[in-house]
Amino acid sequence: MNHFWIYVIIMFGVTYLVRVLPFVVFREKIKSRYIRSFLAYIPYTVLGAMTFPAVFYATGSLPGAMAGVFVALVLAYRGKGLFPVAVFASGTAFLAGWFFM
Amino acid sequence: MGLQKENHTYIRNEFLQGIGDGSAIGIGYLSVSFTFGIAAVSSGLNWWQAFVVSLMNLTSAGQFAGITIMVSLGTYIEMAVSQFVINLRYALMSISLSQKVDRDFGWQKKMILGFAVTDEIFAVALSRKGEVSGRYFAGLTVLPLLGWNLGTLAGAVLGDILPENLVSALGLAIYGMFIAIVVPVVKENKKIRIIVFFAVFLSFCLYYLPGLKNISSGFAIIIASVIASGAGAWLFPVEEEEEVKG
Repeated sequence: MNHFWIYVIIMFGVTYLVRVLPFVVFREKIKSRYIRSFLAYIPYTVLGAMTFPAVFYATGSLPGAMAGVFVALVLAYRGKGLFPVAVFASGTAFLAGWFFM
Repeated sequence: MGLQKENHTYIRNEFLQGIGDGSAIGIGYLSVSFTFGIAAVSSGLNWWQAFVVSLMNLTSAGQFAGITIMVSLGTYIEMAVSQFVINLRYALMSISLSQKVDRDFGWQKKMILGFAVTDEIFAVALSRKGEVSGRYFAGLTVLPLLGWNLGTLAGAVLGDILPENLVSALGLAIYGMFIAIVVPVVKENKKIRIIVFFAVFLSFCLYYLPGLKNISSGFAIIIASVIASGAGAWLFPVEEEEEVKG
């Protein structure tokens, strides 16, 4: 990880400018409905693409991870909050990983 | 324009009000960033590196994509493009916010406080009645910043200490959070449901299909999300009112 600082500075630079430049410069709203729609959908597609299928390889035990994901999906569907979903998903993955070892 | 005295208490209250309004966000960030700290350490970063990433970025999805690229030794271009695409929504929020702040919110304040534009802080700031002052916004950022960084530190340090099989199971926690964010929206909103399924489908293709699977994970996230959101924006343009609620 020799390049850690370069990576972090790039991350910081891009993220900072994306936030601050429009804040300082813009006076008007974005008029393009297409761009507004695109930006409204980005958070959800990013989270979806980032989660699947990578989540299945996140714990080192495929059956464990699958069990965890299943529990997370069910609990989230039932409207449980971020914290319980995360805790029960990890707990399930831990126990299932043990079981299938 | 009011009396000096009144003005003074008003200003203090604005800052305190901001702190109060930010408390729920701070608590929420504490747990999300805790899972980020764990995930960062379990994927190979040092505890202090995880902490530095949080200190300098304050963004969950962007940071997570960032460490994925770091540990897979992705290119710098990949890092820059991924951060740009994933965090582009903040540009939209900053533009909305720029219409909402009061006159005294000058460019100096914007350059400092703009760092803290996140989905949640934006949503709370925008839901405030009337204009947003620098003091209020500064107050609003205090607890989220504290929560985000302390949570990361706690997760990263614990991740270094706890046994490996427990840490790797806890690595699932951040995905659990992502699932808990997306699933309720997917359940409620049919358009977002179609778009998210499409993004996930593309992500699977990029992961497994011969040829496509050589594409690095950072670019795979960019490609899947840009194509799905682009198609979604074309098929289902959002109404004026329903645009980004945070």
